[in-house]
Parts: sequence; structure tokens; C-alpha cells
Amino acid sequence: MATFEPVLTRGIGEIDLTDIEVYKQTGGFASLDKALRQMTPEAVAGEVSASNLRGRGGAGFPTGKKWSFLPNDGRPRYLVCNCDEAEPGTFKDHMLLEATPFSIIEGLIISAYAIRAQKIFMYIRGEFLDGYRIFRRALEQATLQGYAGRRILGTDLSMDIVMHRGAGAYICGEETAMLESIEGKRGEPRLKPPFPANAGLYGMPTVVNNVETICCVPPIITRGAAWFASIGPEKCPGPKIISVSGHVRKPGNYEVPMGIPARELIDDYAGGLLPGRRLKAIQPGGGSSAAIFEEDLDTRIDFDSLAAKKTMLGSGGFVVMDDTTCMVRASQTLVRFFEHESCGQCTPCREGGQWVARMVSRLEAGEGSASDLRVLNTINNTITGTNLCPLGDSIMPFLSSVLRRFPEEFEAHVRMAGCPLRAVALGATG
Amino acid sequence: MTPERRARAEELIARYPQAQSALIPFLQFCQAQDGYVTEQAISDGAEMAGITPAKARSIASFYSLLFKEPVGKHVVQICRTLSCMLRGADELQAHARKRLGLRNGETSADGAFTYEEVECLAACDRAPCLQHNLEFHYDVTPAEFDRLLETWAARDPATTMPAE
Ligand SMILES: Cc1cc2nc3c(=O)[nH]c(=O)nc-3n(C[C@H](O)[C@H](O)[C@H](O)COP(=O)(O)O)c2cc1C
Ligand code: SF4
Ligand code: FES
Repeated sequence: MATFEPVLTRGIGEIDLTDIEVYKQTGGFASLDKALRQMTPEAVAGEVSASNLRGRGGAGFPTGKKWSFLPNDGRPRYLVCNCDEAEPGTFKDHMLLEATPFSIIEGLIISAYAIRAQKIFMYIRGEFLDGYRIFRRALEQATLQGYAGRRILGTDLSMDIVMHRGAGAYICGEETAMLESIEGKRGEPRLKPPFPANAGLYGMPTVVNNVETICCVPPIITRGAAWFASIGPEKCPGPKIISVSGHVRKPGNYEVPMGIPARELIDDYAGGLLPGRRLKAIQPGGGSSAAIFEEDLDTRIDFDSLAAKKTMLGSGGFVVMDDTTCMVRASQTLVRFFEHESCGQCTPCREGGQWVARMVSRLEAGEGSASDLRVLNTINNTITGTNLCPLGDSIMPFLSSVLRRFPEEFEAHVRMAGCPLRAVALGATG
Repeated sequence: MTPERRARAEELIARYPQAQSALIPFLQFCQAQDGYVTEQAISDGAEMAGITPAKARSIASFYSLLFKEPVGKHVVQICRTLSCMLRGADELQAHARKRLGLRNGETSADGAFTYEEVECLAACDRAPCLQHNLEFHYDVTPAEFDRLLETWAARDPATTMPAE
């Protein structure tokens, strides 16, 4: 079993980190103190750059580089924190929000200082009402004690965090849709360029960062970029929270060093598969990612290793499916998700998503035909890569990967007019 | 606009650089009072944001947690996405539909319950899960659902969809 010492999740489940006094006793706000009193904004940004931190929201873009794109033209800058977590299989930001809100606040103030932001917007998924209330209470306490708001820690820095509750829409997690949503509009992604760094919130230079990304900043400042960069692969280092769900003995969030083999995550952290089961498929990076299989268990969990396997680390949602899982049914829940969440601006995403969802639902119900299968096998190129935002490109990866790997299972749904696994299960019990 | 709503609108607008940003929080506030987003709330929100009611309606319609029609006092939303499906969501949903006598998206005739099957609630490690008036319940077995249903039915909630 790994001896990795958790950093981002330290104390969670053991002590009450939503209590500001407890947070301070564990070294909380020491990083903020160091950044504000001993470092210039440029030095803080430089440290984050040197750490090689890559964004934890899905795309894995280098955080320091993103910050460096902000133009120096005197316009106000905004920092937006993305806590809209809704990628199927991902539940790490939800946990961070509820369990360690002060880490987020500390990371936000340091990051805003580094990029010389004028204001911070904290976008919290509408469903996370409990988390919203926890964060609001934390922000009140932090403001009272001088860690946020006016003249932070007695310095010249004043920084407000504006909390904004979402209202139900997965697409608002996409950064430009999020900006539209904060502006009080429909959450429809914008055409890029211009990028948010140049024309973001209210047209001003804006950085959007994920909650976990922001939580990496305080330890980088306290322990140094070299420490962070030394964990895991050189090109994507650091601690990483992986959300493990599905058919394992101990589903949960596990903080691991980037780059551990998938096998270690399943067996050592998540307790292995359920008794008597065999692995069938894994989604390593949330609902948008293509599946990996038994023979891929030595693959390392990091952005580059998973990209080399034609899938992605994405949001870090690791969904494990064992041999009792029907791949048609699994695909159906996901294509239906994307159909439901499409904002409707692009035809391939809107119409293609509906068609695919309808075909997979037909197959699942035992009403599919061989021609449905032919279409599903060839439609990938029509839908993927032809949309404004990555949601449209997320409809097909899982379906295509399992269709390629288990063609006979899909064919059997046509031939037997229903699910062969269900037929076996019924036969076994009755 | 009632004085109370105007005061709320002004307080919300003050949080943002532009007034329209306050539209969704304002509609959430109205929904918490009225049970859904009424035409009055749309026209008040439009006035506040300086846009047409048609535009405000279109914006509101984008968001699944803003209800365009009256819903039950108890809104029960069960997750239907992959991780929950793998851990018994199908069984929980079938049970809930039967107990409530409702299909996905329906509201009971007495206005007590609305039942919805929703997408991933970011609680996949404690599957299957649901929200009742935005309050989470985790690892919900059919027996646990029955127990919850009893406590819900015993008391009307103060608000169905709290704003903050
Ligand atoms: C459809 C869609 C949904 C997304 N949802 C989220 C989300 O819930 N949380 C998040 O941090 N990023 C999400 N992203 C990624 C954001 O667009 C953006 O890349 C990210 O917030 C940047 O933060 P980072 O650089 O710190 O990773 C989503 C992207 C897409 C295309
Ligand atoms: S790809 Fe889909 S979600 Fe993204 S902008 Fe186009 S229609 Fe909207
Ligand atoms: S799949 Fe149900 S909470 Fe994520």
C-alpha cells in the first residue's frame, strides 16, 4: 500500500476543517501570510509556473501559463472559481467545498493576488445548496478574521469573493458558458477566440480555475514548487484526487500521487473489485472519457499516459464496471446524459446526440436493428470534432470504445431482442 | 414589484458589476417564495435586469432548477447516471415511482410531490443518491426510501427550493 501523505485532503474525515480555528491549528492561512508578506504577485505566479501544476478541471492546461496570458492593459481582471462539478463520476470538488472551504478561500485569495485580480467569483453548482451554505459561513468567518475582504492580514490587499449559485445546467461548467451564466444569460458556450484571458467576464481579462487547482496553490507556496514538481511525472506532477465509483469495495475520493498505475488505485486504495467479479471496463476521466480495459491496468493515471491510451484523465472521475455490467445500458445512461445537457447551439451535438440516444435506447429495449449498429459504428466522425465546445465531442468516446471492444454484446441485443446478461441473470435466479 | 422584492433586487444587484447578473439569483429568491418562477417574477426580473420579459423567460427556461410550472411541496430527484445505475438506481427508481404513483417529471394531483430522475449529483461514491428539496440523501435503499417518505409526508417544508 502506498505511503503517500495526502495534502489536499489532509484531515478530511478526521477533524472539522469547516471550523476556522481548527483550520488555523493545522497550519491554515500560513501560505496566505507568506504570499502576501514575503512575495510579490509575480513571485507567487512564478512559483505556480515552476510547479508545473496543470488544471484539474478537465483539460489539464498549465495553470501558470494560463495566468501569464492576461494582458497588461490596465483593465480590471477577474478570477472565477469553477465549482460546477457535474461530470458523471466526479465528486471531488463537492467534497472539497463541504469539507475544507477555507483551503479554497486561501487558494483563491493567493491566486487573485498573483494575477492582480480585482474580484473573485465563486460559481457553485445549484444542487450544492449545503456546500453553498458551508462556504458562505466560512467566508463570513474568514472575512471577520481578516483573511478575506478588506485589508487582508492588515496589508493593502482587499479582495471580495462573490458567491454565485448555479441553477441546474451541466454545460455551465464549460468556462465560457460559466461566464455567460454569471452575466445572467443562458449558459451557452462562446466561440473562442477571443479567450477569457482577453475577453472574459463582462468582457474583461478573466481566469477560470477549477476548485482542486485552486486548492493546490497554498501547498505550492508553503512547500515550494520543487516539492510539488517532484511528485509523479515531470510533465504533470502533484497530488491528485481521483473519484472512484461503481463496482469497487470502497468507492470514494482518493488522493494519490499523479502517475500511479490504475491497478494500484483499484486494488490498494478502493479495496479491489466486489467478491467473485471480474473487471469489464473503466472510465478513467468521467462520463466524457473513452473506456480502458483489463489489459490496460498498468496504465499510469496522469494526463499524458491516459491520452496515449486514446482516453483522458479529464476530471478524474474513475468509474469501474465489472462483468455484471451491460455495456449497452451503461452507454445509454451516458449518451442520454449528453443529449439532455446539450445547450443546442450546434447541430451535430443537438441532433446527433438525440439520434444516438434514441438508437442506444432502442437497442437497450431490445428493439434495435442491425442498421442501428451500422450507424453507431460510423457516426463518430460526423459528431466528434464538429462542435463549438467539447460537450459535443463527449457523446461518442465511451460508446465507440465499448462498441469496438464488445461488438458481440451489442449484436446480441439485436439478435435476442434484449440484454443477454439480463437473460443469464434471470435464468440463474428463476 | 413588491417593496420586499425591490429591496432584494437592489441587494443582489449591488453584488455584481452589472445588474443582469442578479437575474438568476433574483428568480431563485422568487421561486423560494412562490414555489416556481411565476410570470410576475419574470417581469420583475426583466425590469430589474433591464431586459424584455421574453428574454428573461428564455434565460430562465435554460436552467433545470428554475421551474416554469407549479411543482409539489416535496421535489424528489433521484440520480439516474452511470455510477448510480451501477449501484442500484434502477431498483430505487422503480420503487419510488410505485410508492409515489408518479412517473418521471410528474406532480401528484394533491400538489404534495414532484418526482424527477436527474443527472449525476456528484455523490457517486454513495450511490444510489437523491435530493429532496435540494437536501442530499446517500446510499438510499428502497427501505430507506420508505422511511424518508414517511418523514417527508409528515410535515410540509417551509420552502421547496431554498434560494440561499
Ligand atoms: C461540458 C464541459 C463541462 C465542464 N465542467 C467543468 C466543471 O464542472 N468543473 C471544472 O472545473 N471544469 C469544467 N470544465 C472545464 C472548464 O471549461 C475549464 O477548462 C476549467 O474550469 C479550467 O480550470 P483549470 O484550468 O483549473 O482546470 C468543463 C468543460 C466542458 C467542456
Ligand atoms: S457542442 Fe453541444 S453543448 Fe457545446 S456549444 Fe455546441 S450544442 Fe452547446
Ligand atoms: S452517478 Fe449518481 S451521483 Fe454521480
